[in-house]
Amino acid sequence: MVAATTALEPDIDAGLSLSFRSVSHAFALADELLPVLSGVDLEVQGGSFVAILGPSGCGKSTLLRLVAGLEQPRSGQILADGEPIAGPHPSRVVVFQDPTLYPWRTVEGNVALGLETRGLLRHRRDRIGAALRLVGLERFASAFPHQLSGGMAQRAALARALVNDPRLLILDEPLGKLDQLTRMTMQNEIVALWLNARFTTLMVTHDVEEALLMAQRVVIMTPRPATISEIIDVEMPYPRHRNDPRLIALRTLALERLGLGTYA
Amino acid sequence: MFGAADERVGFLDVRLRRDRWICARGALGRVLPAALWTALAGVTAFWPQADDWPRTRELAALALLIAGALATIAFLGRRLGTIGERIRHWEPWLAALATLVAVWELLTAKLAWLPPPFFVPPQAILEVYLDEGDKLLECILYSGLLLGQGTILGAGIGFLAGIALGWSPRASYWGHPILRVLGPLPATAWLPFAFFAFPSSRSASIFLVALATGIPVAVLTWSGVSSVNSAYYDVARTLGANQRFLVWKVAVPAAMPHVFVGLFMGLSSSFAVLVVAEMMGVKAGLGWYLQWAQGWGAYANMYAALIVLALVCATLVALLFKLRDRLLAWQKGLLKW
Repeated sequence: MVAATTALEPDIDAGLSLSFRSVSHAFALADELLPVLSGVDLEVQGGSFVAILGPSGCGKSTLLRLVAGLEQPRSGQILADGEPIAGPHPSRVVVFQDPTLYPWRTVEGNVALGLETRGLLRHRRDRIGAALRLVGLERFASAFPHQLSGGMAQRAALARALVNDPRLLILDEPLGKLDQLTRMTMQNEIVALWLNARFTTLMVTHDVEEALLMAQRVVIMTPRPATISEIIDVEMPYPRHRNDPRLIALRTLALERLGLGTYA
Repeated sequence: MFGAADERVGFLDVRLRRDRWICARGALGRVLPAALWTALAGVTAFWPQADDWPRTRELAALALLIAGALATIAFLGRRLGTIGERIRHWEPWLAALATLVAVWELLTAKLAWLPPPFFVPPQAILEVYLDEGDKLLECILYSGLLLGQGTILGAGIGFLAGIALGWSPRASYWGHPILRVLGPLPATAWLPFAFFAFPSSRSASIFLVALATGIPVAVLTWSGVSSVNSAYYDVARTLGANQRFLVWKVAVPAAMPHVFVGLFMGLSSSFAVLVVAEMMGVKAGLGWYLQWAQGWGAYANMYAALIVLALVCATLVALLFKLRDRLLAWQKGLLKW
């Protein structure tokens, strides 16, 4: 994949800017409300790459569902380019932890989904091939999902998102279930895709190293109900290297903030 | 090193011997069906009859015809390609069938160990096909039309009802108890009601067949739609899908494996209902023919109709399997079937 060099200036035009205004959310359980997010305030510049890091079950994924428009926050507001988010929109696409490809469609058919929902399939069919080339799956266009490996399936899910020319790419632990080698490769690939297209990227992860390696800013959340405990700016050019001493220092800092300082 | 080489030679030897054995068995296997059908023709034509059965010559001629066809196929061998391959697969069965018919012929027409009129020889059934073939064909057409109208109507309504039940909470609230109460009722229990409520016995039968098909299709479509992974909907919604897309492009394809289970169940219960309906009220069709033949003590006609009915049902099930294999090809790698 392309290993682009430094490009740290955020591209306001291509990427959606987000602002979270004291966002709180709770799940309705049988007879009580379980608060998951409490008063999250965050500004995300258009075209930037922000990682959200936190203990598992803290509500990180809920935050993404709110940004995707799949759910509405109980209180507070999330603005996309100044407009409140009312529902899902193809300019804000999600790649989930499971690829969730439709098993009855070929890879090509899965990637075509976003075009189909918007009635663009007839005129923009060429975009499917382009998206598949972007993730290196052009030879698997007519394969069915069950014929793909985990990494290939996740690449197909990425192509399904990218075919829509998103202004915001939402990644919900997209590499969480992949093996170490595929994971390391895809971390670089996603960064390269982002550097080329400059959409805003919001990624949830529970891997400290992954967050620091990929994102410009790492937002650390507290346990549930989650609120922001710390924001680390990773002012390092791309491509980054795992063994960079600055990265190691930041990792120690992040682990401390997560309450795991003794293991750092 | 030498040991390994010896072993390999030994292995080759075993393979050679095995191949030769397969060749020998193959040669015998290839002529065996034709030989057995010839033997059947001989037994039929030349063994003295216990009783005077008509159409004995025709049965012998038919057996000889089959023997000739099998011999030609065996002679052409590999040159027939995949068709020959497929026929070769059935050679043991064809051989067994000739033996079975020969035993049957001996026990009935030749030795009369099995008494008429309940047991009839094969030539009596052949006689039915030769003399009443057009009448049977008419019955097949009539039953087929009734079954076709009933199952298509039932499957269509059941499918739509299942989608509604699985999709809309309101449809589920009102539909669930109805289906819970009426679903387990066998469609044949509706028979007395249907025959007085509908203007003709034909429309009553269509209703019954539709009911028998529709209920399993509705129940399984419903369970299919309501068990769709909710993440599939999330994906489609983030890509801008509207309700219509979610129903027809996500819920329905995801539920298709369930729908087919319902179709198989519905088709088999529709056969039962068809036959009973034709026996009770309709004055045509294979069920009616069965009843009529039994009433007149024409057992050969009854067996002949039973064989036809079995073949028709088996063909319809096979066609549904073919349709499923086409539509659900994507499942092939996920399931063993």
